Order: sequence, then structure tokens, then C-alpha cells
Amino acid sequence: MSARSGYDDVVLAAPVTVPYVRYSIRGANWFAGRALAGLIKTAGVEKSRIDGLCVASFTLAPDTAVGLTQHLGLSPRWLDHVPLGGASAIVSLRRAARAVQCGDAEIVACIGADTNHVDSFRQNTATFSQFARDAVYPYGSGGPNASFAFLTAHYAQTYGARPEDFGKLCVAQRTNALRNPLALFKKPLTLEQYLTARLIADPLRLFDCVMPCAGAEGFLVMRRAAAEQLGLRYARLLGTIERHNAFPDDPIQFRGGWALDRDQLYAQAGIGPEDVDFLQTYDDYPVINVLQFEDLGFCDKGGGPDFIRANSFENDGSFPINTSGGQLSVGQAGAAGGHLGLVEAIRQLIGAPLGAAVPNARHGMVSGFGMINYDRGLCSGAAVLAAA
Amino acid sequence: MSEVLKRPKRKNPVLRSRAPTLPPAIRSRVAHGLTAAAARGAFALQVCADCGAVQYPPREACRQCLSTRLPWRDQDGHGQLLSATVLRHSQELFFRERVPWRLGLVQLDVGATVVTHLHADVGEPPCRVRVTAALDRASEAVLVAVPAAGAPKLADDPKLRDMTCDVRFRKVLVTDGKSSVGQAVVRAVVEAGADIVWVGAAEPWKKMPGFDALRELRQVTVMPLDLTDSRSVQDLAGEIGFKVDILINTADYHRTLGIAARKGVENAQCEMDVNYFGLLRLAQEFGPVMKARGADGQSSAVAWVNLLSIYALSNFPLHGTYSASKAAALSLSQALRAELKSGGVRVINVFPGPIDDEWNQLLLPPKIAPAAVAAAIVSALGGSAEDVYPGDVAQEWLARFIDNPKALERELTQ
Repeated sequence: MSARSGYDDVVLAAPVTVPYVRYSIRGANWFAGRALAGLIKTAGVEKSRIDGLCVASFTLAPDTAVGLTQHLGLSPRWLDHVPLGGASAIVSLRRAARAVQCGDAEIVACIGADTNHVDSFRQNTATFSQFARDAVYPYGSGGPNASFAFLTAHYAQTYGARPEDFGKLCVAQRTNALRNPLALFKKPLTLEQYLTARLIADPLRLFDCVMPCAGAEGFLVMRRAAAEQLGLRYARLLGTIERHNAFPDDPIQFRGGWALDRDQLYAQAGIGPEDVDFLQTYDDYPVINVLQFEDLGFCDKGGGPDFIRANSFENDGSFPINTSGGQLSVGQAGAAGGHLGLVEAIRQLIGAPLGAAVPNARHGMVSGFGMINYDRGLCSGAAVLAAA
Repeated sequence: MSEVLKRPKRKNPVLRSRAPTLPPAIRSRVAHGLTAAAARGAFALQVCADCGAVQYPPREACRQCLSTRLPWRDQDGHGQLLSATVLRHSQELFFRERVPWRLGLVQLDVGATVVTHLHADVGEPPCRVRVTAALDRASEAVLVAVPAAGAPKLADDPKLRDMTCDVRFRKVLVTDGKSSVGQAVVRAVVEAGADIVWVGAAEPWKKMPGFDALRELRQVTVMPLDLTDSRSVQDLAGEIGFKVDILINTADYHRTLGIAARKGVENAQCEMDVNYFGLLRLAQEFGPVMKARGADGQSSAVAWVNLLSIYALSNFPLHGTYSASKAAALSLSQALRAELKSGGVRVINVFPGPIDDEWNQLLLPPKIAPAAVAAAIVSALGGSAEDVYPGDVAQEWLARFIDNPKALERELTQ
């Protein structure tokens, strides 16, 4: 495989979060509109200056990204719609970076936005995919709880992970969330509370599962010169990967596509795992955090439990993760959940975190994972960002 | 673990009868290949005709070579249970009423990984299991993993019993107990543990050998019922309709000969009056109340069995008008199935070959014994299929019919 071109001076700026709410009577267009307004305000640009748009949403239907252009009065010369859930921000970033690098667009707005009505989650899970509708939903598991219960039980049995190991991650993320005013979870979580919470789908308990909510996240992708001209603080893009349907012959998921592509990621970024100051994982369930630690090279396959026992994961810890609290403690706003970690990484690297700052953060990694089409997450991706 | 089924408590008449709920019933068209096999009690998967790769979930194109030639092939279902969970929560009413509910992830020896319901006798992973297909309460196909060894019954698992129409402790109406098949069915359901068996009897002046002996069975009550008389059907439905859990329509009017060998339509009219209109009268009187009782406690209304004939699939010219009446009944049974579906009441059609009774006296063997038809009906109620082809003749006709229905039509003229 030939070496991939670098990202030169592509940067990310203007991190925006539309505050999450458990339920909303608004449509996804409302949240996307608030995100775009936030991007324009934060960047101090005219709306007409946004000439590229990349949208991810589960609840925009029957609209798509192009409908959103008319809804919001944009006339972009570059448009993409990335229906990849938890991997959508990474994939949007990859598309947008090449677009601005090649001059197809100057400023691309990447937006993940979803609403959540009282019955949205059931309807979305019932019709998520053909495979889910035919071969998972009829078995009674609402959403991915059962799928992740299988993966968690299998991982724990194979590699000796204990409930306390998963719990340590959840508790640390809650600690991080308590400093984030936008997190929906406001109360501290103890390991005891985690371990004794009610069972949802054995071995998953309540605090292993994300809470669906409504909200939006957004950021801008442009060249450094444009950011400097606008007077914006920015994070540099050093490297990215994505992979879909990796390891299709694994009978049950115990690794993700990162394991195939991480060497390319580090080679393109020009750093190693030891240089990463914080990691924003995709954390819809804690077992997925552990797969990311392993597959992104922070420890060996199966070394996750020991890695957890040897580290602390708060923002001032030895291995800060999900520094705004992650979806487990902020809430999962549909496809915006796939953008939460990336937007927080930009904030940390420009020195404007919502909560506690990671001390001396120079390099951050963001990972995405998504789309439980049938029995496993199909999409994986990651990006390495650096402070200016 | 499975537990012994206990006699249900008497219904509390003060409480509201619960309305039936169903598991999610929407499937893609291609997934109904699983339904087609489960309807006859088999587990089939798509196997690529070009590269041999086994597919699941059902697909439009081979995951390996992209071929679109993906015929369904019966499977033995052996595999390894990789992981298991217990749902404590569900978005769907059917499962909310039934949690905790066990699910498993099974790697089949033929390669695919499948999500399954787990029989209570399946242990913790990793362990060997056998995956079977069953029609659930919504009449849709689902996969169930059972222990690899032995022949565990779905009905022995209190949760999976919902996928069966097990006779034990249920109240059964056999619409005609006078025929040889009817008598055999009455004895078989009593043997299988039915609580009450109402036995329909038309034409009281007509004494049939063996019939009076049925009255000596403690569970049996003989009721006047003449399917050719709308008033008679109405009266019986008014008396016991709200208590019938399983209705087995054994009424059958069978005379031989085709079209030209007999003058006039009176004989064909009699066949239609019992075999088709009789079913229609029953369906109108008993159908709505059974549908409403689909969740009436442990012994709710669960099944409607029609004794059809393999001749319903393709006309047997020597019994031409009889075949036509059974084809009409088959068609009507599909409408009944659609109407009862929302109540979770299963319509089971039984397609025997020629039965060894007086009307088939001159037919050469093999013929199926009345007791074997009855056993097949009880077995179908204890399982989860909806189309039953008991006996070698029926199985052979079915195979010929599936392979080439036009060829079967030609063969039957000889």
C-alpha cells in the first residue's frame, strides 16, 4: 500500500455544542440549525462563507443533508451526508480535510445533530437496519443492549475482565463530567453504585448503558491560513484512519478495525501511543473503551484489564479519557454522540475545555465506532490532533 | 432450568382479561425464507449455489462471492454457544410482560453467527447447542437454541411454551368426534393432558362404532354440533366459545369420484357444506372470541387446527370434487390465519395423505392410520410449525409439489 498523503495545514476550529436535553419536541433540523448558528457565531463568519457542509443524523428523515441546505439557507459547493453514527465525526473530518486541502471548499461545517422524542429510540431501533429488523429486534432486545451484553460477557470470560474494571472507567468518566456544565449527569458515581445498579442485560447494568438524548455538536474544518485570518484558535490534524466491516470472520467481536489500521495512523501522524496526552473513545458501553485501548496500541490484546488497573482515567490522571465525561455521563445525542469526543478534543487542544483541562495537552486522539448493523459495530475510525 | 408445568389457577372473573401482545413481526421479504421452513418445522439457511457459503442474516447477495443464487437448505443447527445474556428490559410490550428473557449468540458449525432465544436447559457458554427454528406468537420465524443432546421440548420451558400450543391443561373442542380420525384425536388430546375435551356430534341417530366409549373418558363432554347448520354452530359457540383454547376441526365429508362419473352437484354441495362452509361457520362464531382470549392466562386460546388433505395442494382427479372442497378450505384457512394473527392464535393446517378409513377402502396402500393423524396433530400443537404433512404419502406429495407443481398435476392424472 502506498503511503498516504499528509494533511499539510488542515486545522479544526470553532468547537460548538448545542446543550443536550433528555427529550425534545423539536426536530433534528432545529438542532442542526442551532449548531450552524453556533459555528458562525464562534467563528465570526458570514453564513455565506461556509461553502462546505457535512451532516450526520439519525432523526433527520425524511430530510437529508441537501434538505438541510434549503432549510438553513446555505448554498455550499461541497456537501456530504455521513450516516455512520459513532464513527460519523471521524469520517466527516476525513472527507472535509481532503476537500479543503484540495480546494473543493474553503470552510466545511461538520455537524452531528439529533432530536429525541419520547418514543424515538424504540422506533429507531426497530428499523435500524435490515439485519437488525430481521435477526435482532424480534428477539426483544431494544437497541444494542443485548449485542453489547454478548460482547462484554465474552470479553470478560476470555480476558479476565472484572465488573470493577469496567466500573473504574465509568466512575472516572463521571468524575470528568462533574466539571462539565453541559453534562446531563450531575451526581457523582461511586464504584459501589455502579456495581449494584439494576441489571439491564446481564452482565450490563444501568451505568454501562448510555442515555439517549437530543443535542448537537459541530466544528469547522479549514486551512490554517483561513483560521488565522479569522483569528481562530485551532487544532492541527496529523492523521486519521477509518475501516468498515473489519474482521468479518470473527464469530464474535473482540476487536475493531483500528487493529488493522493503527500503524498507518501513527505513521501518518508522526507520533506513537506514548505521545498521546488524552484519548476520547467512543464509549457507548465500557467494553468498547477497552477494545479501543488495545486496538489503538495502548496495550496488547487482552491486556485491557491490567491496563485499567494500572492507570487512572480522570483528566489529571495517568491516562485521561473522555475528558468531558463521554457519552456515558454526558448523554448520547444520536449521531452527535459520534462528535462529542472530537469537539471536546479540539477544546482541550485550544485551551478552552468545558470542564477540567488535561495538563500540558499537546496531542489528543479521538476514536469513533458505530453502527451495530447486526451483531457487532461495523465502523471504526480514529484521528490524531495536535495543539497549534 | 425447565420446570414442571402446574395446573393453572382458576380465572379471577373480577380482573380484566389481558389483551394479547405479540413480538415484533416485521421482516424483509428475503427473511421469509426462514418463515417458509419454520412453517413446516424445519430450520433452513441460505447456502450459496456458487461458492457454498452459508449466510445469516438473510441476504440478497452472497457475502463471499456476490452470487444472487442463494437457495434455502435445511440445516442440522449444531453450533457453539459463544455468549449469553438475560434481558431485564425491553422496548416491546410482549417482552416487557415476560422479562427476564434469555438470549444467546451461537456460532453455527457451518459458519454463521446467529442471535437466538435460549431454551432453559441450555447451560452457560461456552457449550454445544442445536439451533432450531420456531414460529413465535406473531407467527414469524425465530431461532431457538436447545441443548445439543436429547430432544428437549419447547413446551417444557415456561417462556418458550408461548411458541407452542401445548395441549396440557387446555380446553379443546373437537368438532366431529364420530369419524375414525375424530375419535383418535379425542383420545390423543386426552392422553396429552387436555383438561376438558368437548366432542361435537352431528346426526345423533347415526351410531358410530367406538364413539360411545369416548363418553367414558372423564375429560370428555359430547356436545351437539352440526357444521352444516348455522344455528347449531351458533348455539355451541354461545355455550362454550369463550372457554375454547384449542379448536380442532375434524369434520370431513368425503365421497370419491371425479366430475363425469357422478351426475348432479348434490354430492359436491355436501362436501362444500361441511369442508368449506362448515369451516366458515365455525370461523365466524368461534374466531372472534378466541382471538380476544389470546392472553387469557396460562391456558389462553392458542390454536385452531384444520384437518385438510394433501389433495388441497393439487387436485387428485379420482377424488376431484373432494379435492376442490379441501382447496377451498385451505384458501379460507389463510384468511382465518390472517384474522387470528393479532390475537396470537395459530392456525395449523394438517395435510394427510389418504387416511385408512371407509371412504378410502379401495385405495391401495400406503394409507395413514387415523391414530397417526391424531398423533401428528398433538405433536404439531406441542411444537411450533403451522403446516403439517403427516405420513409418507403426504411427505412425498409435498416434495413433488415443491419441486415442480406442474409435474405433480400431470402425474396425478395417471
